[in-house]
Amino acid sequence: MSGTTMQTKTTSGPDRLSASELKEQEKAARKAEKVRQRRVAKDEAAERKRSAHSGFSNPENPRRSWPLTIVVAVFAAYCLFPFVYLLVNATKTQADFTSTFGLGFGHTFALWDNLREVFTYQDGIFGRWLLNTLLYVVVGAGGATLLAIMGGYALAKFRFPGRKAVFAVVIGAISVPGIALAVPQFLLFAKLGLTNTPWAMILPSLISPFGLYLMWIFSEQAVPTELLEAAHVDGAGEFRTFFTIALPLLAPGIVTTALFTIVATWNNYFLPLIMLKDADWYPLTIGLNQWKDQASTAGGQAIQNLVITGSLVTIVPLVIAFLLLQKYWQSGLAAGAVKE
Amino acid sequence: MSAAEVSAGPSPKVDSVSVNKHRVDWRGWKFLWPFVVVFLFVFIVPIVYAIYLSFFQTRMIGGTVFVGFQNYMRLFHDGQFWGSVWRVTLFTLVQVPIMLALSALLALALDSMRLHGTRFFRISTFLPYAVPAVVSTLIWGFMYGAKYGLVGSFNTWMGTHLDVLQPSVLLASIGNIVTWEFTGYNMLIFYSSLSTIPHSLYEAAAIDGASEWQIVKKIKMPELKGSLAITVIFSIIGSFQLFNEPSIMQNMVPGNAITTYYTPNMYAYNLSFTGGQSNYAAALAIVMAVITMAVAYAVQLNSMKEQMK
Repeated sequence: MSGTTMQTKTTSGPDRLSASELKEQEKAARKAEKVRQRRVAKDEAAERKRSAHSGFSNPENPRRSWPLTIVVAVFAAYCLFPFVYLLVNATKTQADFTSTFGLGFGHTFALWDNLREVFTYQDGIFGRWLLNTLLYVVVGAGGATLLAIMGGYALAKFRFPGRKAVFAVVIGAISVPGIALAVPQFLLFAKLGLTNTPWAMILPSLISPFGLYLMWIFSEQAVPTELLEAAHVDGAGEFRTFFTIALPLLAPGIVTTALFTIVATWNNYFLPLIMLKDADWYPLTIGLNQWKDQASTAGGQAIQNLVITGSLVTIVPLVIAFLLLQKYWQSGLAAGAVKE
Repeated sequence: MSAAEVSAGPSPKVDSVSVNKHRVDWRGWKFLWPFVVVFLFVFIVPIVYAIYLSFFQTRMIGGTVFVGFQNYMRLFHDGQFWGSVWRVTLFTLVQVPIMLALSALLALALDSMRLHGTRFFRISTFLPYAVPAVVSTLIWGFMYGAKYGLVGSFNTWMGTHLDVLQPSVLLASIGNIVTWEFTGYNMLIFYSSLSTIPHSLYEAAAIDGASEWQIVKKIKMPELKGSLAITVIFSIIGSFQLFNEPSIMQNMVPGNAITTYYTPNMYAYNLSFTGGQSNYAAALAIVMAVITMAVAYAVQLNSMKEQMK
């Protein structure tokens, strides 16, 4: 059937296509898959909405329930309460913090003063900590995400010798307690002269067993093997297939994994605590804790207002990231959800 | 069963696809090697090194000498160590079930579509996960304070003498911080596995006359079981590693309520970084790794096996 139609674009003999046609076909396949996924998502959303209205999913009571909402609202209040406390207290001076009611405002509104002081105290070391944290997050969490994407893809889509062993070792590694690792990591890094350098933070951050696991489950579901095989038959190399076909399909999973590795690196306390002695390389978490401890050292000036305001500055970027990327990481997590 | 395995059969339709199937397929390593290389360097090598270190001891006279299993023998008789293990075990037994039950109930509530403002509740209950342990411990620590914290305000207002930082309830107060931090995270894992259930299943069940409770019990609960495996494992591991919250709270708590051997992690940290006993700490780390892995595997071995296929 394919023998006589060498020139036509619509030929079914894929092995005779030129490079540009090949690319076009790939594009079309990707587009079709995207359109299909969008359609499925839309259908599902419509289905959810419809069932919510018709009450099919809630046969007994199709209506929204206020009692249930109130119960959940109580729990949400518990979750949000410390944020409110943090916000309110970031507006107080040190004197007001220790003398006025915890959930009420102080006599003076000192938020801007506090912010200015956070960034100027001790020659602006807080800014340095912020930049350090950003460095660790970009290189460490970014690298961890990349390694997890490639590794998860490999585990999901190829059956290679050693696959099961790798999986078993990695899952085992998740259950190795941080300290079991951190103490020998520290001793090893000290031998190599890596402690007290950014590398001591970055290298261990590069490995995220949970990220690998997430990308593995996600790749299994989001990248149809048939599509990869088609690309392969069409002559695309492994990496080309990966970058042009798999990567776009993995996007929601990537956002999810990236957010989790970013949180892990941004919030890391234990690793920098043991690896870094030089305050110039501290991330925000260690720096804040040092400021907090200052109050309890002999002759130390209590700067709880700065600790509180600094804490606020520390969490704001992550909270914003979570809010803005909500749609992506939630769909990524849902698609990557463990299915038995 | 994956598509690749199916296509390995002699079916003529997939002939062109299964060209490679006779040979061993090494292609996966092209993608996996960077992970494995870094993994070897930051996981395997340090663990091997720790095992090596644990057989030595640094003495005042004679320097570092090989002592065989002596560190392990000492650990076996170390009351402080077993006290800390018992403390995190107790913590795990109480905190993890409470947290996971809350997470599962919350996920079911959010998935029921009977809430007003589902989106708001979903994100607001998850937000604590974005807060670093340092910051959440600081905030809760300030609120716990009986002097000028919220507990203090409450005491002045009600004339009570509550103190949630006294030794007898301290562990529960720490449990509250951990629950606050991770309930939303676990909820999200549950919630996302619930959202993979096709809704036509609910309709079919409803047409067959199933009540809402029956749908929850027969369709949703079994789905939750799958994600329960992963959340239980992560929670057990997390609890056994308890370090951040108690060590940050150490000087916010009056007196010596939080000792240097409050949890195994704190004990190991203090042994190697303030006590200069790295070899003993290495032995402790290895014993804790073995205990944690044994518990995690024992609890969830079957479900992990299923996922491995």
